[in-house]
Amino acid sequence: MPSYPFPDTQGHFGQFGGKFVPETLMPALTELEEVFHSAQADPEFQRTLSDYQAHYVGRPTPLYFAARLTEHLGGAKVYLKREDLAHTGAHKINNALGQVLLAKRIGKKRIIAETGAGQHGVATATASALLGLECEVYMGAEDIERQKLNVFRMRLLGAKVTSVTSGTKTLKDAINEALRDWVTTVRNTHYVLGTVHGPHPFPLICREFQRVIGREAREQILTEEGRLPDLLIACVGGGSNSIGLFFDFIEDKTVKMIGVEAGGEGPETGRHAARFAGGVVGTLQGAKSYVLQDKNGQILGTHSVSAGLDYASVGPEHAHLRSTGRVAYTYANDNDALQAFQLLSRLEGIIPALESAHAVAHACRVVPTLPKDQIVIINLSGRGDKDVQQAAKYILPGETF
Amino acid sequence: MNRIEQRFKSLAQQRKAAFIPYITAGDPTLELTARLVPELERAGADIVELGVPFSDPLADGVVNQEAALRALRHDVSLHDILAMVGNLRKTCQTPIVLFTYFNPILAYGLEGFAQDAASAGVDGVLCLDLPPEEASEYCKLMDARNIATIWLIAPTTPEHRIELIAGIARGFIYYVSRTGVTGERESMDTSIKDQVAAIKRHTSTPVAVGFGISKPAHAAEVASCADGVVVGSAIVRLMGQLGDSPEMIPKVCEFVKSLASAAKS
Repeated sequence: MPSYPFPDTQGHFGQFGGKFVPETLMPALTELEEVFHSAQADPEFQRTLSDYQAHYVGRPTPLYFAARLTEHLGGAKVYLKREDLAHTGAHKINNALGQVLLAKRIGKKRIIAETGAGQHGVATATASALLGLECEVYMGAEDIERQKLNVFRMRLLGAKVTSVTSGTKTLKDAINEALRDWVTTVRNTHYVLGTVHGPHPFPLICREFQRVIGREAREQILTEEGRLPDLLIACVGGGSNSIGLFFDFIEDKTVKMIGVEAGGEGPETGRHAARFAGGVVGTLQGAKSYVLQDKNGQILGTHSVSAGLDYASVGPEHAHLRSTGRVAYTYANDNDALQAFQLLSRLEGIIPALESAHAVAHACRVVPTLPKDQIVIINLSGRGDKDVQQAAKYILPGETF
Repeated sequence: MNRIEQRFKSLAQQRKAAFIPYITAGDPTLELTARLVPELERAGADIVELGVPFSDPLADGVVNQEAALRALRHDVSLHDILAMVGNLRKTCQTPIVLFTYFNPILAYGLEGFAQDAASAGVDGVLCLDLPPEEASEYCKLMDARNIATIWLIAPTTPEHRIELIAGIARGFIYYVSRTGVTGERESMDTSIKDQVAAIKRHTSTPVAVGFGISKPAHAAEVASCADGVVVGSAIVRLMGQLGDSPEMIPKVCEFVKSLASAAKS
């Protein structure tokens, strides 16, 4: 897309992005960039990737008209992009599979990844099993405690899960530990970063592997409705599912886009992960973007009912799209997300991931205000089976499962 | 010429290597850091590296991470550290390098930081996660205030990057002796000598070696092929064990003395 030249060759999206890493990693990032561009231009690599997408991941995922939700909200027509139906239950597999194929191309024998709730860890362990590479996943000790089933899934898939006990013992610390591993083992190891964050070229690579979401959705809605949608809604943690949906619509100026962050207990309480509402520009884990930090530049702890949105920074391309006004950002609180989680389950028989429920929650606010001839697409980025225990604690307090 | 450059010049005349201890500023307290710096110089330190504690130190091993957390528990900030250095300068002229991550500097404001660091008497800044590609504005501000921008070179750094970094380096170049994070190692990498020589082909700026050096024997080995020896985690670990006990300063200085004299033998 010539009129959208981001990132530039240094990995900048306007003033955001870049490579803020120790010197040891700089050559590996350059190598990764070169291999990625050569893979992008190689029809054989593209054929392999799309074969796996079709026969292993189950793409294209459906674009589903949510008739009962549409009727309930009484405004625009609502479609759901069903990433929850992709293999392993979320969009994460798109990036994990692409990057593990890249690692194989570079000739690296070992894969590492970070994970919060475990979805990216499971996706990376899956892709590593598929392609026969050794895999180690770093996970915060607290997240391991909260997501025992996903820990077992990763082990079942042959991955080693390493507990991270430093810092806040959550996703941010798992990323630090994965980067420490990578600084040490960079010669034989590829780090599969799970979102559109981190140093260049990760935000670019992850976006390119997730773009398939929007590419399919665009074709599907044109077939179904004969026209482009009016509004896209997606949740934003690091921001990979939302960039994936938004990117192929960026040049379609009539299509509005909204990213929904985790408001937690409300930005005013300090217990949230709404980086645009509460953060300032800083550098964290390789990228310049919005960061939740104190006045001295120390990174703050975050909170969300959804582990996948519970991160102190946001992908640099989102910071850029916000600064140009192309994408609007808002947030949904824990309670809104939990309401939407139940509403979609009852009305459509689809239990969404708590992350995706944030997008549904915002749709519940905005769709009723839109005329009936308008079209909204929500990215249903993942399935909610992983969240039922967590959700039950909030929805049915006092009952044990 | 600032204090770092002067120190290397006079050491070169004596054909001696610089000994550079690293401590985390504010661990156990900033007051003890201020008392320790001149004592370190008396024990043989030529330059002192002060670590600025950061919540997410991704290039550091466990020992330095824990020291940073101890300092952050009583909210030691970059402002506090600059104020401490400013005070120290009334009585102490030890060359001081700040060893930091970029975000605390960004939060401080680049221009304000350059100005305040210079007036406090900071001689050099090593920013671990700021590569030259991202640093043009930062370098200009530091150069204008005569603060040396110190760069890392790693075993993975290819020749063309060595050339790039050597071209902009001031004060000294910090060669990371191991592919990895900070922390003590049992033995030193045998390639150090060749790597230091490779850097020296591109620059006359002194080259100090660090990451992993923990024993007097390592210090002596490294000093034979480099212009300076940096020891961090081994000192920081000892400080963590001693905390704010009255034994801390004498014991740390005794250890530093053994390292410094090995480096200068």
